[in-house]
Amino acid sequence: MIFEFSESQLQLKDAARKALDRECPISRVRAVLEDGRPFDRELWQFLAGMGFVGAAIPEAHGGAGAGHLDLCAIAGELGRALAPVPALSSVYLAAELLMQAGSEDQKARLLPRIADGSLLVCVAFSEGVGQPDLHHCRTTQAAGRLSGEKFPVLDGGIADMAIVPAAGPDEDMPSLFIVDLQGEGVSREALTSIDPTRGLARLSFDGAPAEPLGVKGEAGRLLDRAFDRAAILLAFEQVGGAERALEMATDYAGQRVAFGRPIGSFQAIKHKLVDLFVDVTLARSNAYFGAWALSNDAAELGLAASAARVSASEAFIHCATENIHVHGAMGFTWDMDCHLFYRRAHLLSVALGGQAMWQDRLVARAADDRQIAGEG
Amino acid sequence: MDFGDSPEEAAFRAEARAWLAENRPMELEAGLRRFAARDRSNVHLPELDGVDALQASKDWQRRKYDAGWACVAWPREHGGRGASQIERVIWEQEEGIYARLSHVFFTGIGMAGSTIMAHGTDAQKAAYLHPMASGEHLWCQMFSEPSGGSDVAGLLTRAERQADGDWRLNGSKIWTTHAQIADYGLLIARTDPSVPKHKGLTMFILDMKSPGITVQPILQMSGRSTFNQVHFDDVPLPDSARIGPESQGWRVALTTLMNERLLLGSTPSTGVPELIDLCTRVSVGGRPAIEDSGVRASIARWVAQSTGLKYAMMRSISDLSNGRPIGPEYSVGKLVANELIQQVAQFAFDLQGPAGAMVEESEELSQFMAVLLDSPSLRVGGGASEIQRNIIGEQVLGLPQEPRPDKDTPFNETGARQSRQSAGPDRGGNDGG
Ligand SMILES: Cc1cc2nc3c(=O)[nH]c(=O)nc-3n(C[C@H](O)[C@H](O)[C@H](O)COP(=O)(O)OP(=O)(O)OC[C@H]3O[C@@H](n4cnc5c(N)ncnc54)[C@H](O)[C@@H]3O)c2cc1C
Repeated sequence: MIFEFSESQLQLKDAARKALDRECPISRVRAVLEDGRPFDRELWQFLAGMGFVGAAIPEAHGGAGAGHLDLCAIAGELGRALAPVPALSSVYLAAELLMQAGSEDQKARLLPRIADGSLLVCVAFSEGVGQPDLHHCRTTQAAGRLSGEKFPVLDGGIADMAIVPAAGPDEDMPSLFIVDLQGEGVSREALTSIDPTRGLARLSFDGAPAEPLGVKGEAGRLLDRAFDRAAILLAFEQVGGAERALEMATDYAGQRVAFGRPIGSFQAIKHKLVDLFVDVTLARSNAYFGAWALSNDAAELGLAASAARVSASEAFIHCATENIHVHGAMGFTWDMDCHLFYRRAHLLSVALGGQAMWQDRLVARAADDRQIAGEG
Repeated sequence: MDFGDSPEEAAFRAEARAWLAENRPMELEAGLRRFAARDRSNVHLPELDGVDALQASKDWQRRKYDAGWACVAWPREHGGRGASQIERVIWEQEEGIYARLSHVFFTGIGMAGSTIMAHGTDAQKAAYLHPMASGEHLWCQMFSEPSGGSDVAGLLTRAERQADGDWRLNGSKIWTTHAQIADYGLLIARTDPSVPKHKGLTMFILDMKSPGITVQPILQMSGRSTFNQVHFDDVPLPDSARIGPESQGWRVALTTLMNERLLLGSTPSTGVPELIDLCTRVSVGGRPAIEDSGVRASIARWVAQSTGLKYAMMRSISDLSNGRPIGPEYSVGKLVANELIQQVAQFAFDLQGPAGAMVEESEELSQFMAVLLDSPSLRVGGGASEIQRNIIGEQVLGLPQEPRPDKDTPFNETGARQSRQSAGPDRGGNDGG
């Protein structure tokens, strides 16, 4: 039993930290926010060049073939840097779905281009307000053409292709399809995102040509599994962001003086920060177990993923929220970076379905597995 | 990252399992499980119907010791197995519920033992560690006093040097778990009141059979009596019972307190699986509670906390076994576990509606009330939650300390004996003395 990243993974993490400190300082995230760009394409190309984007994609398909633990280590650093890049859609979801369900031809065609950063693929699962329903949808498919509307779609405005669940006229169970977003029958509209550095869009399909992905009628099962896998990777991002927000708050509390002493010496502030630290520590530990389950395809994957997701969302939102509070009115200004964390934390907490959905999944899994902190 | 067993670990597990299959006292299992459902601490003697639990505990400890399974991670020379920290975890997983029969020895093994190993003389190690491991000697911890437990460095019990170089003890300790059955106590006393509070303390081993000691059990709100007040009236203490140099007791105490947090942080169970069971049996709005979204939201947070806690503790073990200092994860363990236990018990209480308030016949339901009534002690014992937060805030996050008016004042000028002035949170040893 080893509950830590290996030496080489720690080195990779360190290299990613250094590269992102250099290439993606918070000023670069802010520039994306203020320019109204939906993401930073040059940064994505840089990360692809470092081998980070294709870390878990097999070498045969143009990736580094390093495995999911490496990708987890990288994800933590992307989260910490608030990197304005489409890792969740193109890598954690789309590449994973292709690796799990794609034909040899699809993998050979698409994975190398995802890995080198030239192809962006989003996954369009939401159909309006409410938690995503992975097993049903209103979007229809007939004779290889899709009709319907998906929104909000993360990175829908910048992606070249989308993976879309849709059901045939008499089908109960949707199937997955790949749609060329530059092709006919597709229109898209940018939506205003709580975190403008991570863009959202509405995709409308009107007889758009679609290529089947995976077994017919299996969209629900495939997405369920892909969501678990993505949740673990995303949890690392969230923990990375949470950690940095906590560092900001802790630094400020050590410097800002009120009533003749640093505000961090007041227990109301000190204990608040400790509670954040506790959340981050638990979330990171859940994410580590998730990383192991992910890289071993362990039977515990579902439980591990939902625990990692629930605690990471909570930790990031908690840290980002209290970071503003500890900074006082200054924390509420546009020019302080606190709101970048607050925006990202909230976006990520719903991007893969919100807490209500994941709490539900967690309890369903926990009810099947009584080993949670049980006594032999 | 590997949460599974390596081949060597699997072999160790198989060896442990085989020995346990032959040797565990199976006839006690049901009773231990009943007790475990009601008591979430890991330093208590179990209560077993019709069985002398102390004798059963001693028997089990002795059997393990003879086969090298007591204190698996201790060096062999001190009565252990010389196993790794990971192997210790594997052993604990396999021993499971039977570990309850060793809990009464944990104050010794987990706290006094670690302290003697780090600061004791060779003679002390030779005299005390083997009988501690074998369960022949039962230990208690004598730190807290009526004047204060959080601010333990402000203690008043005096040990005074006699002409022959030995000591005489006067004063009183309180909240001493298992003092009524202990053979030895790890005791910290003031030996020099003319210096600031942390600088005049010395650590001792107290033979509980010494003349001048009276032990008074204290009835707790739960109706049990696991702790006591202990009075010292001119108790003789040989100088050979001193651990570490005179006036260096605070430094020694820090080892004990760190190990105490570690011990109390690895809570055997949080009650979450029991709560999930309950939720399948009681209903809310005409449906099983487990199907109610509000109930699910609460349970989900606690499940995520329990699993997070479990893996945080495992990650600390990794640090230990890689020779790194124990990570900050250990300090969150006690804080999270003990608050979680109380919240879960209160939720289970509420789910039962008015029936939650009645002392039920059924074992399954009455366990929640038992935990509910016991749970306030967990957040106080071994350093209250506020003190744990101060420790994490100051030692892990590096936040500035609070002002401490008495920290540098000679103890006998602080007016401590007349009225307790507000003092800094010292149980965790933030000052480092
Ligand atoms: C079941 C049980 C078993 C125990 N067993 C033992 C034992 O075997 N041996 C032993 O030596 N002791 C034992 N104790 C004592 C325990 O260590 C103390 O109760 C604990 O350290 C708190 O001290 P106190 O009770 O004097 O409370 P106080 O120190 O008076 O604290 C009262 C309240 O004030 C808060 N407080 C104090 N200082 C601060 C501060 N600086 N900032 C914020 N809040 C503060 C505390 O958190 C607490 O809520 C046991 C206690 C219990 C409940």
